[in-house]
Amino acid sequence: MKAHLTRRYIFSASHRLHGEELSQAENLATYGKCNNPYGHGHNYALEVTVSGQVNPQTGMVCNLVDLDDAVRREVLARFDHENLNVRQEFATDVPTTENLSRVIFNILKQSFTAAHLEKVRLEETMMNSFEYRG
Amino acid sequence: MVYLTRKCEFSASHYYHNPEFTPEENQRIFGKCANLNGHGHNYTLEVTVKGDVDPKTGFVVDLKELKEILNREVLDALDHRHLNKEVPEFSTQIPTTENLAIAIWNRLQNKLNVAKLHRVRVYELPDLFVDFYGEP
Repeated sequence: MKAHLTRRYIFSASHRLHGEELSQAENLATYGKCNNPYGHGHNYALEVTVSGQVNPQTGMVCNLVDLDDAVRREVLARFDHENLNVRQEFATDVPTTENLSRVIFNILKQSFTAAHLEKVRLEETMMNSFEYRG
Repeated sequence: MVYLTRKCEFSASHYYHNPEFTPEENQRIFGKCANLNGHGHNYTLEVTVKGDVDPKTGFVVDLKELKEILNREVLDALDHRHLNKEVPEFSTQIPTTENLAIAIWNRLQNKLNVAKLHRVRVYELPDLFVDFYGEP
Protein backbone atom coordinates (compact mmCIF):
# COMPACT_ATOMS: atom_id res chain seq x y z
CA MET A 1 0.00 0.00 0.00
CA LYS A 2 1.33 3.39 -1.00
CA ALA A 3 0.90 6.29 1.42
CA HIS A 4 1.94 9.93 1.42
CA LEU A 5 3.49 11.41 4.55
CA THR A 6 3.73 15.15 5.13
CA ARG A 7 5.79 16.86 7.78
CA ARG A 8 5.64 20.59 8.53
CA TYR A 9 8.59 22.74 9.63
CA ILE A 10 8.98 26.43 10.47
CA PHE A 11 11.92 28.68 9.70
CA SER A 12 12.48 32.43 9.58
CA ALA A 13 14.51 34.30 7.00
CA SER A 14 14.82 37.68 5.36
CA HIS A 15 14.96 38.57 1.69
CA ARG A 16 14.70 41.38 -0.78
CA LEU A 17 13.13 40.92 -4.19
CA HIS A 18 15.29 42.75 -6.67
CA GLY A 19 16.19 41.84 -10.24
CA GLU A 20 19.63 42.96 -11.37
CA GLU A 21 18.47 43.24 -14.97
CA LEU A 22 15.56 45.53 -14.10
CA SER A 23 15.80 49.29 -13.68
CA GLN A 24 15.05 50.85 -10.31
CA ALA A 25 11.61 51.90 -11.55
CA GLU A 26 10.92 48.44 -12.97
CA ASN A 27 11.99 46.75 -9.73
CA LEU A 28 9.69 48.97 -7.75
CA ALA A 29 6.82 48.40 -10.18
CA THR A 30 7.38 44.62 -10.14
CA TYR A 31 8.14 43.94 -6.49
CA GLY A 32 6.57 46.87 -4.66
CA LYS A 33 7.31 46.81 -0.91
CA CYS A 34 9.35 43.63 -1.36
CA ASN A 35 11.94 45.78 -3.15
CA ASN A 36 12.68 47.83 -0.03
CA PRO A 37 16.52 48.08 -0.07
CA TYR A 38 16.98 46.76 3.46
CA GLY A 39 14.84 43.66 2.96
CA HIS A 40 12.24 42.17 5.25
CA GLY A 41 11.51 38.77 6.78
CA HIS A 42 8.97 35.99 6.98
CA ASN A 43 8.15 33.00 9.13
CA TYR A 44 8.08 30.36 6.44
CA ALA A 45 6.15 27.12 6.91
CA LEU A 46 7.62 24.28 4.90
CA GLU A 47 5.63 21.12 4.20
CA VAL A 48 7.61 18.21 2.82
CA THR A 49 5.59 15.32 1.33
CA VAL A 50 7.19 11.95 0.69
CA SER A 51 5.55 8.78 -0.56
CA GLY A 52 6.24 5.08 -0.75
CA GLN A 53 5.06 1.62 0.16
CA VAL A 54 4.25 1.19 3.84
CA ASN A 55 6.89 -1.20 5.20
CA PRO A 56 5.00 -4.15 6.75
CA GLN A 57 7.68 -4.56 9.41
CA THR A 58 7.54 -0.99 10.68
CA GLY A 59 4.20 0.36 9.40
CA MET A 60 6.09 3.36 8.03
CA VAL A 61 6.78 4.97 4.65
CA CYS A 62 10.09 6.10 6.10
CA ASN A 63 11.45 6.75 9.54
CA LEU A 64 10.37 10.22 10.60
CA VAL A 65 13.63 10.71 12.48
CA ASP A 66 15.56 10.31 9.22
CA LEU A 67 13.32 12.81 7.40
CA ASP A 68 13.57 15.31 10.26
CA ASP A 69 17.36 14.92 10.36
CA ALA A 70 17.67 15.54 6.62
CA VAL A 71 15.38 18.58 6.61
CA ARG A 72 17.00 20.10 9.70
CA ARG A 73 20.54 19.50 8.45
CA GLU A 74 20.07 20.39 4.79
CA VAL A 75 17.32 23.02 4.83
CA LEU A 76 16.71 24.56 8.25
CA ALA A 77 20.39 24.85 9.21
CA ARG A 78 21.00 26.51 5.85
CA PHE A 79 18.16 29.04 5.79
CA ASP A 80 16.79 29.59 9.30
CA HIS A 81 17.66 33.07 10.58
CA GLU A 82 19.58 33.89 7.42
CA ASN A 83 19.35 36.54 4.74
CA LEU A 84 18.43 34.61 1.59
CA ASN A 85 19.95 37.23 -0.72
CA VAL A 86 23.47 36.64 0.54
CA ARG A 87 23.25 32.84 0.29
CA GLN A 88 25.08 31.26 -2.62
CA GLU A 89 21.84 29.43 -3.61
CA PHE A 90 20.52 32.86 -4.66
CA ALA A 91 23.67 34.23 -6.21
CA THR A 92 21.87 34.50 -9.55
CA ASP A 93 18.17 33.98 -8.71
CA VAL A 94 15.79 36.35 -6.95
CA PRO A 95 14.79 34.74 -3.61
CA THR A 96 11.08 34.63 -4.32
CA THR A 97 9.19 31.87 -2.61
CA GLU A 98 8.78 30.22 -6.01
CA ASN A 99 12.56 29.98 -6.33
CA LEU A 100 12.99 28.99 -2.68
CA SER A 101 10.52 26.11 -3.20
CA ARG A 102 12.57 24.88 -6.16
CA VAL A 103 15.86 25.20 -4.27
CA ILE A 104 14.52 23.29 -1.26
CA PHE A 105 13.01 20.57 -3.46
CA ASN A 106 16.30 20.07 -5.28
CA ILE A 107 18.31 19.99 -2.05
CA LEU A 108 16.01 17.36 -0.53
CA LYS A 109 15.87 15.31 -3.73
CA GLN A 110 19.64 14.90 -3.41
CA SER A 111 19.90 14.44 0.34
CA PHE A 112 16.85 12.35 1.27
CA THR A 113 16.49 9.08 -0.58
CA ALA A 114 14.65 6.88 1.94
CA ALA A 115 11.29 7.67 0.26
CA HIS A 116 10.11 9.37 -2.92
CA LEU A 117 9.97 13.16 -2.62
CA GLU A 118 6.50 14.08 -3.89
CA LYS A 119 6.42 17.80 -3.30
CA VAL A 120 7.53 20.76 -1.29
CA ARG A 121 4.92 23.27 -0.18
CA LEU A 122 6.06 26.59 1.19
CA GLU A 123 3.90 29.15 2.95
CA GLU A 124 5.42 32.63 2.90
CA THR A 125 2.57 34.09 4.91
CA MET A 126 -0.79 32.72 5.96
CA MET A 127 -2.18 34.15 2.74
CA ASN A 128 0.13 32.73 0.11
CA SER A 129 1.77 29.38 -0.49
CA PHE A 130 3.72 27.71 -3.28
CA GLU A 131 4.18 24.08 -4.33
CA TYR A 132 6.92 22.48 -6.38
CA ARG A 133 6.92 18.88 -7.53
CA GLY A 134 10.07 18.83 -9.63
CA MET B 1 -16.84 16.21 -10.49
CA VAL B 2 -16.80 17.96 -7.11
CA TYR B 3 -14.72 17.01 -4.06
CA LEU B 4 -16.16 17.31 -0.58
CA THR B 5 -14.12 17.05 2.63
CA ARG B 6 -15.48 16.34 6.08
CA LYS B 7 -13.30 16.83 9.12
CA CYS B 8 -13.59 15.19 12.53
CA GLU B 9 -11.44 14.51 15.55
CA PHE B 10 -10.76 11.53 17.75
CA SER B 11 -8.39 10.79 20.59
CA ALA B 12 -6.66 7.47 21.03
CA SER B 13 -3.60 5.85 22.54
CA HIS B 14 -1.07 3.52 20.97
CA TYR B 15 2.49 2.23 21.00
CA TYR B 16 4.77 0.85 18.30
CA HIS B 17 6.13 -2.65 18.83
CA ASN B 18 7.06 -5.38 16.38
CA PRO B 19 7.32 -8.75 18.20
CA GLU B 20 9.74 -9.94 15.48
CA PHE B 21 12.25 -7.26 16.51
CA THR B 22 14.53 -7.48 19.52
CA PRO B 23 13.89 -4.97 22.34
CA GLU B 24 16.94 -3.03 21.10
CA GLU B 25 15.60 -2.93 17.52
CA ASN B 26 12.18 -1.79 18.71
CA GLN B 27 13.82 0.97 20.70
CA ARG B 28 16.14 2.03 17.86
CA ILE B 29 13.45 2.06 15.16
CA PHE B 30 10.47 3.35 17.10
CA GLY B 31 12.17 5.52 19.73
CA LYS B 32 9.80 7.01 22.31
CA CYS B 33 6.84 5.39 20.51
CA ALA B 34 8.13 1.98 21.65
CA ASN B 35 7.17 2.65 25.29
CA LEU B 36 4.83 -0.29 25.99
CA ASN B 37 2.77 1.76 28.41
CA GLY B 38 1.53 3.67 25.36
CA HIS B 39 0.86 7.33 24.74
CA GLY B 40 -1.91 9.27 23.04
CA HIS B 41 -2.80 11.80 20.39
CA ASN B 42 -5.66 14.02 19.36
CA TYR B 43 -6.06 12.90 15.78
CA THR B 44 -7.77 14.94 13.10
CA LEU B 45 -9.34 13.01 10.26
CA GLU B 46 -10.24 14.51 6.91
CA VAL B 47 -12.28 12.35 4.58
CA THR B 48 -12.61 13.55 0.99
CA VAL B 49 -15.26 12.10 -1.32
CA LYS B 50 -15.87 12.92 -4.96
CA GLY B 51 -18.82 12.69 -7.28
CA ASP B 52 -21.15 14.53 -9.61
CA VAL B 53 -23.49 17.06 -8.10
CA ASP B 54 -27.03 15.68 -7.95
CA PRO B 55 -29.11 18.21 -9.92
CA LYS B 56 -32.13 17.70 -7.64
CA THR B 57 -30.36 18.32 -4.32
CA GLY B 58 -27.19 20.19 -5.32
CA PHE B 59 -25.25 17.70 -3.17
CA VAL B 60 -22.29 15.46 -3.93
CA VAL B 61 -23.28 13.50 -0.87
CA ASP B 62 -25.78 13.97 1.94
CA LEU B 63 -23.54 15.32 4.69
CA LYS B 64 -25.78 13.96 7.41
CA GLU B 65 -25.43 10.50 5.93
CA LEU B 66 -21.65 10.88 5.59
CA LYS B 67 -21.40 12.03 9.19
CA GLU B 68 -23.41 9.02 10.38
CA ILE B 69 -21.15 6.65 8.43
CA LEU B 70 -18.02 8.30 9.86
CA ASN B 71 -19.41 8.08 13.38
CA ARG B 72 -20.48 4.47 13.02
CA GLU B 73 -17.55 3.04 11.06
CA VAL B 74 -14.65 5.10 12.38
CA LEU B 75 -15.21 7.25 15.44
CA ASP B 76 -17.17 4.70 17.50
CA ALA B 77 -14.34 2.21 16.93
CA LEU B 78 -11.38 4.55 17.47
CA ASP B 79 -12.32 7.48 19.70
CA HIS B 80 -11.02 7.12 23.26
CA ARG B 81 -9.64 3.67 22.47
CA HIS B 82 -6.27 2.03 22.76
CA LEU B 83 -5.53 1.24 19.12
CA ASN B 84 -3.23 -1.75 19.83
CA LYS B 85 -5.60 -3.40 22.25
CA GLU B 86 -9.10 -2.50 21.09
CA VAL B 87 -9.01 -2.12 17.30
CA PRO B 88 -8.82 -5.44 15.43
CA GLU B 89 -6.65 -4.18 12.53
CA PHE B 90 -3.86 -3.43 14.97
CA SER B 91 -3.66 -6.84 16.58
CA THR B 92 -1.33 -7.71 13.69
CA GLN B 93 -0.26 -4.29 12.35
CA ILE B 94 1.59 -1.45 14.00
CA PRO B 95 -0.80 1.50 14.54
CA THR B 96 1.32 4.08 12.73
CA THR B 97 -0.41 7.01 11.09
CA GLU B 98 0.20 5.31 7.72
CA ASN B 99 -1.60 2.13 8.82
CA LEU B 100 -4.32 4.15 10.53
CA ALA B 101 -5.08 6.01 7.26
CA ILE B 102 -5.24 2.68 5.39
CA ALA B 103 -7.47 1.10 8.06
CA ILE B 104 -9.88 4.05 7.96
CA TRP B 105 -9.97 3.88 4.15
CA ASN B 106 -10.82 0.17 4.34
CA ARG B 107 -13.53 0.79 6.89
CA LEU B 108 -15.17 3.44 4.69
CA GLN B 109 -14.54 2.20 1.18
CA ASN B 110 -17.62 0.01 0.73
CA LYS B 111 -19.90 2.01 2.98
CA LEU B 112 -20.34 5.07 0.77
CA ASN B 113 -23.09 4.31 -1.67
CA VAL B 114 -23.31 7.54 -3.65
CA ALA B 115 -19.98 9.37 -3.68
CA LYS B 116 -16.61 7.75 -4.21
CA LEU B 117 -13.90 7.85 -1.56
CA HIS B 118 -11.01 10.01 -2.80
CA ARG B 119 -8.64 10.57 0.10
CA VAL B 120 -8.22 9.83 3.78
CA ARG B 121 -5.96 12.29 5.59
CA VAL B 122 -4.98 11.62 9.20
CA TYR B 123 -3.17 14.23 11.29
CA GLU B 124 -1.33 12.73 14.23
CA LEU B 125 -0.04 16.19 15.12
CA PRO B 126 -0.62 19.58 13.50
CA ASP B 127 2.78 19.18 11.80
CA LEU B 128 2.48 15.53 10.76
CA PHE B 129 -0.11 13.90 8.54
CA VAL B 130 -0.56 10.98 6.16
CA ASP B 131 -2.66 10.82 2.99
CA PHE B 132 -3.98 7.57 1.55
CA TYR B 133 -5.66 7.45 -1.86
CA GLY B 134 -6.33 3.70 -2.00
CA GLU B 135 -3.23 3.10 -4.07
CA PRO B 136 -1.85 -0.46 -3.95
